[in-house]
Amino acid sequence: MNLFCVGLSHHNADVETRERFTGNPETDCVLRDSGCAEALVLTTCNRVEVYGAAEARVSTLDIARCLARKIDKHVPPDSAPFYRYEDKQCAQHLFRVASGLDSMVVGETEILGQAKKTYESARQSGAAGPYLHRLFQRAFRVAKQVRTHTDITRGAVSVGSVAVDLAEKIFGNLASCKVLVLGAGETSERTARALLSRGVADLRVSNRSAERAENLAALVAGRAIRFEEWPEQCREIDILVTSTSSDAPLLGRENLMSMLRDRIDRPLFIIDIAVPRDVDPNVNELDGVYLYDIDSLRSIADQSLALRRQQVAAAEAIIAQHVADFGQSISRALNRSPRDSEHPPVGETPLRASEL
Amino acid sequence: MARTGALLRAKKFQPGRFNFLAIGLGFIFQTAFLSIRGHALGRCPLTNLFEVFIFLAWSVALIYMLVGPVYRLSLMGAFTAPLVVLLQGFALIAPIDQPHPGKLPANSWLEFHASISLIAYGAFALACIAGVMYLVQERQLKTHHLHSIFYHLPPLTDLFAAITRLLWFGFALYTLGLVSGFFVGQPLPWVQVACAIGVWVLYAAILQGQHWRRFSPKRVAALCIIGFSAALTLLWGITFTAQMQSPP
Repeated sequence: MNLFCVGLSHHNADVETRERFTGNPETDCVLRDSGCAEALVLTTCNRVEVYGAAEARVSTLDIARCLARKIDKHVPPDSAPFYRYEDKQCAQHLFRVASGLDSMVVGETEILGQAKKTYESARQSGAAGPYLHRLFQRAFRVAKQVRTHTDITRGAVSVGSVAVDLAEKIFGNLASCKVLVLGAGETSERTARALLSRGVADLRVSNRSAERAENLAALVAGRAIRFEEWPEQCREIDILVTSTSSDAPLLGRENLMSMLRDRIDRPLFIIDIAVPRDVDPNVNELDGVYLYDIDSLRSIADQSLALRRQQVAAAEAIIAQHVADFGQSISRALNRSPRDSEHPPVGETPLRASEL
Repeated sequence: MARTGALLRAKKFQPGRFNFLAIGLGFIFQTAFLSIRGHALGRCPLTNLFEVFIFLAWSVALIYMLVGPVYRLSLMGAFTAPLVVLLQGFALIAPIDQPHPGKLPANSWLEFHASISLIAYGAFALACIAGVMYLVQERQLKTHHLHSIFYHLPPLTDLFAAITRLLWFGFALYTLGLVSGFFVGQPLPWVQVACAIGVWVLYAAILQGQHWRRFSPKRVAALCIIGFSAALTLLWGITFTAQMQSPP
């Protein structure tokens, strides 16, 4: 019995190619017919991979045919640049995938949830047996260890999530925060949605065009404010998101200072994502005001990404240890009788529902 | 403390129960020490500068145990531990453990006054620590230079809430200690009384400024550090003067 992985990912195939091989309703059956004792298909926006266990070698072309979106027996062998990993290399690849090392954004954790879901549904349907069970259980353990012992998941790596993280570091729980979004463009909407996802309930939108303000307010369950009224709002809001197309700064140090007199005990977080900037940079010198423009947010996102990349070597070392150990344990399992291998060893028990 | 420092340097710090357990263990030993000393003296062990510093370190640990978990300010333990080590280290190294000449008569008002005032000092010490944490976090947010510690420090508003409650708690205890000082039945040097009232006025001013929104949170945090430094100097002065004035 050998373990293998055949797939396409963002590293070697564009989205158009990956789209052609996302599988079809008959994929599982076809894989079984091709000679796979166990097989599961891991499909995310960045990868399509088949993990399988088979007595005899199943060719990459057969796998590619199974993965073709439209059932097509004549998929040309060179139609897509599939990669293939066997045994230890297969384990190493899955451990890297589950730990987020192979992701487009290094250290992202969404892939682990997707892998757990895929494995669980394969386990329930019987497509995953003892070999894939061992492989995936170990991969989940490795991912957890990598996350705990390295900083691979530390910090936000997109401008929107950096802004929201900073807001949480200022206010803690965002549920009671009042947010004013100035400008009704796409960037405003993205930032507003990111804030909503962290619990913001009071969201106000203001724009020169009242209609656009109302449209965005309706989209994000907020309320529209007339553009002439937005300066007054600064007396009571906690977070100001600005992304207007104004040529001159809308908010200066002097006019903000007068608004802050009544709210000296509450911080004001200003996210200025407009280019050119809507807020005078000197505003950041005011007590209790924290101003971040697009460059400073990007710089923090880049720092986080750089920190994650620095952690890759440490993560790889953890993975290497597990690959060696897994190689030995799978060899022992292969030497056992098939009857024994139906029962996973202690410590490799099936996933609990709470872990999914 | 060393473990936390090393983990922070290695950017691997994970806030957990370690700080709380370490301080809790230290607190048990401190309590045992003070209990043995108290039994030997037949009164509250606050007869010299050494005992005062040990009692103060014990108060800081006590308030941390009470307040730390409530606010979940896990890194506060890493900031509290150095202060406890500093106070206790000074008490152990400096030649201040001079046995009091003669047996001191038991005076329940004096013991109450001294002990409650020192617990108030513990609360002020923690407010000072929360103030340091606030200023560290605030500076990182202002300058946009986020270090590893940034991700472990609590949000500014939580820190400010902790400062406010610690200040009120400490102020209430300090007031109680100050008032009980007038019932000890011994004449007190006017300099000590004036300084003690001075510290009370300083903390009253901080709380008044905070309550009526005259001071920004940053200023309150800075004043907590200044206030505790002043209170510590006063404590030193009172105890040192008391030792100097005691009959040979």
